[in-house]
Amino acid sequence: MDLNFTDSENAFREECRTWLEANVPRDSLASGDTRDGYALHLQWEHQLFDAGWAAVSWPKQYGGREATLFEWLIFEEEYYRAGAPSRVTQNGIFLLAPTLFEFGTDEQKERILRPMARGDVSWGQAWSEPNAGSDLASLKSTARRVDSGWRLSGQKTWSTRAVFCDMAYGLFRTDPEQARHRGLTYFMFPLHAEGVTVRGVDRLDGDEGFAEIFLDEVFVPDSDIIGEANQGWKVAMATTSSERGLSLRSPGRFMATASRLVDLYHRYRDRSDPVLRDQVIQAWMDAQAYRWFTFQTVTRMTNGESIGPDSSMNKVFWSEMDVRTHETALAIIGDALELDEGSASAVDAGHWMKGFQFALAGPIYAGTNEIQRNIIAERVLGLPRK
Amino acid sequence: MRFAFNDDQKMLRDTVREVLQRECAPEVVRAAWEGRAQGVRAVWGTLAETGVIGMTASEEAGGMGMSELDLLLPLEETGYAALPGPIVDTVAVGIPLLEAAGSDAQKEQWLGPAVAGEARVVVSFEDRPIVPYAASADVLIAERGGAAYCVPITEVSVSPEQSVDRARELGRVSFELSAGYRMREDVNAAALLALGRERAALGTAAQLIGLCRRMLDMAVQYAKDREQFGKPIGAQQAIKHRLANALIEQEFARPPVYRAGWSMATSARDAEVDVSLAKIYAGQAAKFVAKEALQVHGAIGYTIECDLHMWMKRAWALAAAHGDAAHHRERIGRYIL
Repeated sequence: MDLNFTDSENAFREECRTWLEANVPRDSLASGDTRDGYALHLQWEHQLFDAGWAAVSWPKQYGGREATLFEWLIFEEEYYRAGAPSRVTQNGIFLLAPTLFEFGTDEQKERILRPMARGDVSWGQAWSEPNAGSDLASLKSTARRVDSGWRLSGQKTWSTRAVFCDMAYGLFRTDPEQARHRGLTYFMFPLHAEGVTVRGVDRLDGDEGFAEIFLDEVFVPDSDIIGEANQGWKVAMATTSSERGLSLRSPGRFMATASRLVDLYHRYRDRSDPVLRDQVIQAWMDAQAYRWFTFQTVTRMTNGESIGPDSSMNKVFWSEMDVRTHETALAIIGDALELDEGSASAVDAGHWMKGFQFALAGPIYAGTNEIQRNIIAERVLGLPRK
Repeated sequence: MRFAFNDDQKMLRDTVREVLQRECAPEVVRAAWEGRAQGVRAVWGTLAETGVIGMTASEEAGGMGMSELDLLLPLEETGYAALPGPIVDTVAVGIPLLEAAGSDAQKEQWLGPAVAGEARVVVSFEDRPIVPYAASADVLIAERGGAAYCVPITEVSVSPEQSVDRARELGRVSFELSAGYRMREDVNAAALLALGRERAALGTAAQLIGLCRRMLDMAVQYAKDREQFGKPIGAQQAIKHRLANALIEQEFARPPVYRAGWSMATSARDAEVDVSLAKIYAGQAAKFVAKEALQVHGAIGYTIECDLHMWMKRAWALAAAHGDAAHHRERIGRYIL
């Protein structure tokens, strides 16, 4: 056990901090889930990439720094501490890229990764369908074999920011003779091609952050399937476990939220009570506990262990912690909580109400927490499936 | 940065686990409940032979000079076994205090026997006159009026109090504040006692983690074995989700405890904040797991025929001992707010 950062880790932190302090936009950008805000966020992503910060843990040849996992955590701590913009490229960098690194061909990695990390080509996920949410394997969209490629048809939904994206990825049934998890293939497909219709759906907070994607005989070349045909489930599961595990939600984000909560408490102390005080302390402790838990997980990964179903514990913890923390913030703000980002009188520019609504999505996306609890019970505790 | 125990620490854990599996079965805990402590005495002797009882003493004193971090996994195992006896008092607090603040005569009389497992040490901090396992201990280290005393138990009046956890054999201790019992006055006794408090809280947190693990193991096993409606109750989602929640509470309480052990072992800045976080988290987890384990067991869990109750009651007692959640939350509050 050595919980001191090494000299080189400290130097890395210093480098992150210096760059972020000099470059993070002073005024927060418009929401990345709106059309104008998205464009501003992409500019920020270009800037991050050009300075080598977009995907620090990636190999240098794709624009990364070959940072260790601990350095990545340090980067994240500094990133959120600096109040830097949310990462609109995360569905590519954190969800698709790990799959490409594991299953992609050299040609795919060469072609896709750098533009993805720079935000030149932006990616949305297309997992869910209208009748396939938690039960993802019941999906109905199909891909039909044609000369040198496939024709995709069907409907995907709850696709994050797909109205602003160029490309998406998801599973399609390629073998109609097989059922459920078998006979699916992992496709990357264009969103601006013939046969594609994308319809934005306004989320709980009113931003057009969701979309439905309708596909009608959309052509995709062989070079845009990941892994082998009919092996898509295995390939996809590699991504979903990184989605619910480490990569999507590093401790830095929650530590930053907790310290902003402490700051909020200080500013509104006169209207707070012992219950709120305890809740603020609990929120701060939760973020610390999540940090130590993550350091333990990263040590295991660094030693070559695979995390597997343990990632479900992670996902339940951070998503429910995030909701509690925002609930506490709103309780401190009191009746002014309803003033959102459109109101000049809103506390902290309505950031807490916005964040609260975003936090409420956490227990639902990336596999609902009910599904996660099933996974924990069956695959970690060994309880019977039926 | 490396958040993991080393091979030596894991080996010591395995040794303790093996001893307790062999010698501290639930029947031994049950016997302690009924006032028959021979079994517990025997375990103490075996643990001393493995070196665990004396592990915090320096090598000159016959120990292994081990740190708070080294202590965690062995203590966690004693929680898993619900081992009755003042192991936190003796190993985490008493022996280091004796060595640091005992007079030559006190060390002569008690340190060697304590390290060898022949003398059991109990500790009474100023605000804790009711001490577990006092009656069967050999020596009391007490904080009174800010000073440290070392008193043979034969000179201590121990009036029995009853714990909900009968194995803890509580006693209210009092003794004559005579100069002859004073520990060294040329050391900073207040600082050493304060350190002792931190160690007691940390050691208790480690035991709470062990209690969690055992209660969860019992509940998971019961959920697999017990059938209703023609299938194991553990196949029902309502049961699965309770147990998943229990596991999450437990697994997120462990890293804070380990972190606090490292902070103390390295005298890290703000170590006491880490100890408070560890104690709160471990206590909350143990109480939560106890409740879920009881519910999963149903009526049988609500009897004293089922072993679960001995772990549950230990969890309630230890979650509040050496600073309950309110106490430790206040310390954190002073730090961050």
